[in-house]
Amino acid sequence: MKPSTFVHHAPRSVDEALAVLAEFGHDGKVLAGGQSLIPILNMRLASPGHLVDINRVAGLASVEVTADAVHIGALVRHAQLEHHAAAFAHLPLLRQALVNVAHPVIRNRGTTVGSIAHADPSGEMPAVLALTSGYVDLASSRGTRTVAARDFFLGALESCLAEDEMATGASFGFFPPGTGMAFAESTRRHGDYALAGVAAAVTVLDGLITSARASFVSVTPTPDVLDLSELLAGNAPEEGDWAKAAELAREHVDPDADIHASAEYRRMLVGVLTARVLAEAASSAITASVSATTTTTATTTATATGPARSSANADATRA
Amino acid sequence: MTETIRTDAEPLVEITLHVNGVKHTAAAPTRRLLSDFLRHELRLTGTHVGCEHGVCGACTVLVDGTPMRSCLMFAVTAQDYEITTVEGLAEHVEDSGNGNPPGAITIMPTMSPVQQAFIECHGLQCGFCTPGFLTTITAYLRENPDPTETEAREAISGNLCRCTGYQNIVKSVIRAAEIAKERGVGA
Repeated sequence: MKPSTFVHHAPRSVDEALAVLAEFGHDGKVLAGGQSLIPILNMRLASPGHLVDINRVAGLASVEVTADAVHIGALVRHAQLEHHAAAFAHLPLLRQALVNVAHPVIRNRGTTVGSIAHADPSGEMPAVLALTSGYVDLASSRGTRTVAARDFFLGALESCLAEDEMATGASFGFFPPGTGMAFAESTRRHGDYALAGVAAAVTVLDGLITSARASFVSVTPTPDVLDLSELLAGNAPEEGDWAKAAELAREHVDPDADIHASAEYRRMLVGVLTARVLAEAASSAITASVSATTTTTATTTATATGPARSSANADATRA
Repeated sequence: MTETIRTDAEPLVEITLHVNGVKHTAAAPTRRLLSDFLRHELRLTGTHVGCEHGVCGACTVLVDGTPMRSCLMFAVTAQDYEITTVEGLAEHVEDSGNGNPPGAITIMPTMSPVQQAFIECHGLQCGFCTPGFLTTITAYLRENPDPTETEAREAISGNLCRCTGYQNIVKSVIRAAEIAKERGVGA
């Protein structure tokens, strides 16, 4: 199992990378961490003529926590984001999900933006991007654009990236104050692709649920968000109708059958996991809600603006 | 017999790698995986190649001290880092023992704490997966010098072994932490 031949490009700046993509993008792939791409090349499921290795590109390896989002560059490794204290403090869901991304050794090399650009329905981080109303920064020699998660993913392993474009970064939006988050998935073996996975965010205000949302791993063609607010809003967080929510989730998903599990088994898992993560998120929302009203921590201030920015960017245009 | 003359020879690039503190230069195609470059071009066959898609962990090497799969990195990319393979794990201690002339010191290679623990705990049988375990555990113990058995199990979850059933490998992780402490140095 060896990759087919390719021309290796090692640009040192984003502009250089984009120039290469403009010329060879139709027969090229961007190589960042390579933890999904290189297996594909090794197995010859793809054989691009050009690889644009961005590992030497300066300025793409930072995690930045602003008032409304966690912004990451295209070379931020999963492990770097997983262990980022400020990112975890503002958006615990990032670490909750990242510890499920393959094994620690893979997370040392693989990049979160690469995982998003790969658009694998079995990827954890696309689901997290969707749930946080996140967005992806794209660049080409023609200009830059910002695309919301819901517009970025077009299908399994298919994103709206043009052939001359690369994803230079991604941003995960914050939830309103008083939001609890949880992530769970079921795998055959530790670190395997999930048979099914669920991310959830539940917001509690004045002792009552105001919003509840979930997104899914391995059971929907693209990481869409199921809004359960209508069902759960107004309930006390200890008494949400998780069973009914689980039923809605089972109806929402569209799992495939493969050698690892039948579609029906995956659907059953979705129900179990959804009930579990909603209860867990609601429970931590109570804690978050208390700290939001009794303290004036940076977290509270930072989350106050919520994820509105990404919606504003939904209809992004080329510069 | 006629000699076949290849006209489609693949272009080679010169690749310089820093491995175990030594600078090596060799020519290879750009598609050469780091794992294959170590084994074929540099003849460092301690790094084993198992699944070639990142699942088995046998090819794990340290990249600037961090464990990564050498089958999921190209040698051309690896030029920017300091690579440590299983051959680079042994420690070198000063031996002023009996065989030396007075005042002379011999530098002796010694098994690292992790290697020593694998010997003591019978942490391997066929040994194919061992290089990947040794590199992974070496890096892990630097970050977590005192793991519990559960943590040890978690630490090796990305490496497959078909012989041992893992019990003795878990014991080796715990024992390696002890040896490192006894020696008063990091793993």
